[in-house]
Amino acid sequence: MTKSYEEINEKIRKGKAVVLTAEEVSEMAKTMKPKEILDKVDVVTTATFGAMCSSGAFLNFGHANPPIRMERIEINGVPVSGGLAAVDTFVGATDCNPQNPTYGGAHIIQELIDGKELTLEAWGKGTDCYPRKHIKTQISLKTINEAILMNPRNAYQNYNVAVNSTDRTLYTYMGTLLPRMKNASYSSAGELSPLLNDPECRTIGLGTRIFLCGTQGYVVWNGTQFNCSKPLNDYGVPMGNARTLALMGEMREMSSEFLRGAYFEKYGVTMYVGVGVPIPLLDEDLAHRVSIRNSQIDTFIEDYGQKGDLIGKVNYEQLRSGEIEFMGKKIHTAPLSSLYKARKIAAILKDWIEKGQFELTAPVRPMPTGTSLQGLKEVEPSK
Amino acid sequence: MTKKVVITFSDGSASRPLIYELIKKFDIMVSIIKADIDGGRNGKLVLELDSDSEHIRQAIDFMQTSGVDVTPLEKKISYDDSKCVSCGACTSACPSGALSIGAPDWKLRFQPDKCVVCKLCITACPLKLFHIEFAD
Ligand code: SF4
Ligand code: SF4
Repeated sequence: MTKSYEEINEKIRKGKAVVLTAEEVSEMAKTMKPKEILDKVDVVTTATFGAMCSSGAFLNFGHANPPIRMERIEINGVPVSGGLAAVDTFVGATDCNPQNPTYGGAHIIQELIDGKELTLEAWGKGTDCYPRKHIKTQISLKTINEAILMNPRNAYQNYNVAVNSTDRTLYTYMGTLLPRMKNASYSSAGELSPLLNDPECRTIGLGTRIFLCGTQGYVVWNGTQFNCSKPLNDYGVPMGNARTLALMGEMREMSSEFLRGAYFEKYGVTMYVGVGVPIPLLDEDLAHRVSIRNSQIDTFIEDYGQKGDLIGKVNYEQLRSGEIEFMGKKIHTAPLSSLYKARKIAAILKDWIEKGQFELTAPVRPMPTGTSLQGLKEVEPSK
Repeated sequence: MTKKVVITFSDGSASRPLIYELIKKFDIMVSIIKADIDGGRNGKLVLELDSDSEHIRQAIDFMQTSGVDVTPLEKKISYDDSKCVSCGACTSACPSGALSIGAPDWKLRFQPDKCVVCKLCITACPLKLFHIEFAD
């Protein structure tokens, strides 16, 4: 048996679609075969809520009178891009003023979503068509033209677990790593995570409608560093940092319940982003894929004290138990992404689909295959 | 039972043999978790008192009438629960198990009685939600 997107959407419109979260379906799979799951279930909702540095927002401020070609721009004292036409900018989540490193682009984005008023200051050289050289004013989501969240790399398919074998505490984007491997931090939502439930991106591509920070958003491209070459485990799951998604959505509809500005000690600003992706069960293969359980998802242990050496392998059931045994040591494990929030997102998306408020989209273009990553080499200019 | 308290000395009251009195008069096992007392004999002590509840109550009354301020530790350390996203970053750094996260609900759990006032959570929380009212 197979189902089409249209058949599933027809059921959604009639309020008859059967929707489960990825955790619920993994539980079901303990007693049911993929064929029976395909029979019973139409859509599986997946989700994650974690720190995703490669995020940001396009803003258009509108023109002042007299107009200015904004070439250098600051919002609440944080320098943001002045390289986008006269009154557009891109606020990168990790943008910050080095004088005040704990506040940055991600906080600006969150405050805008919360309806706050922020200070915009901009400078231009003055041109015949844009004579003004300086402006300082207040902006909010109400006063500006567009505010579009655009995240080039979100929802990593899997991610290495971080430990630290050195004698000193390391402050990283994987949190505080205590010396001599006293703790291990992991960041994937495991069996609930979007790209672990459709590991080859059969249903996730350009144009896939998703949950993004409280509203409906879209997958707009393969995420940057999209990597199809990571080794697979026995269950066909890539180990380590593999595929990613580029996502976009309307900021005015978002809620800071699912988007937060954050600061990792001695590392910098980043943004917590909440993402939910629906996976249609089109055939038995997908029913099998969404049945994946934490015990079947492996990832590598990476030593952040030794230039990122991969020193072991562990699965998410072990990580979730709060303690792993590794190299004769008991290591305390803790998450960095919120399973509590991810579950909320998966439940909201399920509710939207059950109520007929959210239909599924077939990819306009599939994700690339066979990609791998290049490192950055230091070379002389070629003649 | 055990109870953690923060003792604040001022006016040089740290010169009193307070701990001796606690042990001797009230039969309390006292562990010093943190001590921060300046040359002028002012400062703070974090103590763990171990005895039955009646003795602990009497000991706290005694200290209060002797001119030192006694506050339960949980009143001195707090985090903004309404803003917490239950990411777990603070539990990774917390050495005492006072902060924990896990099945079934994966919501942050804070047990102040286990806290050893190391302050690692203050820097570990990416949303900066912890507040510890204690001399630096
Ligand atoms: S001060 Fe230290 S022991 Fe207390 S809650 Fe924070 S991290 Fe845990
Ligand atoms: S680190 Fe902060 S936001 Fe995360 S669980 Fe702890 S208190 Fe909550």
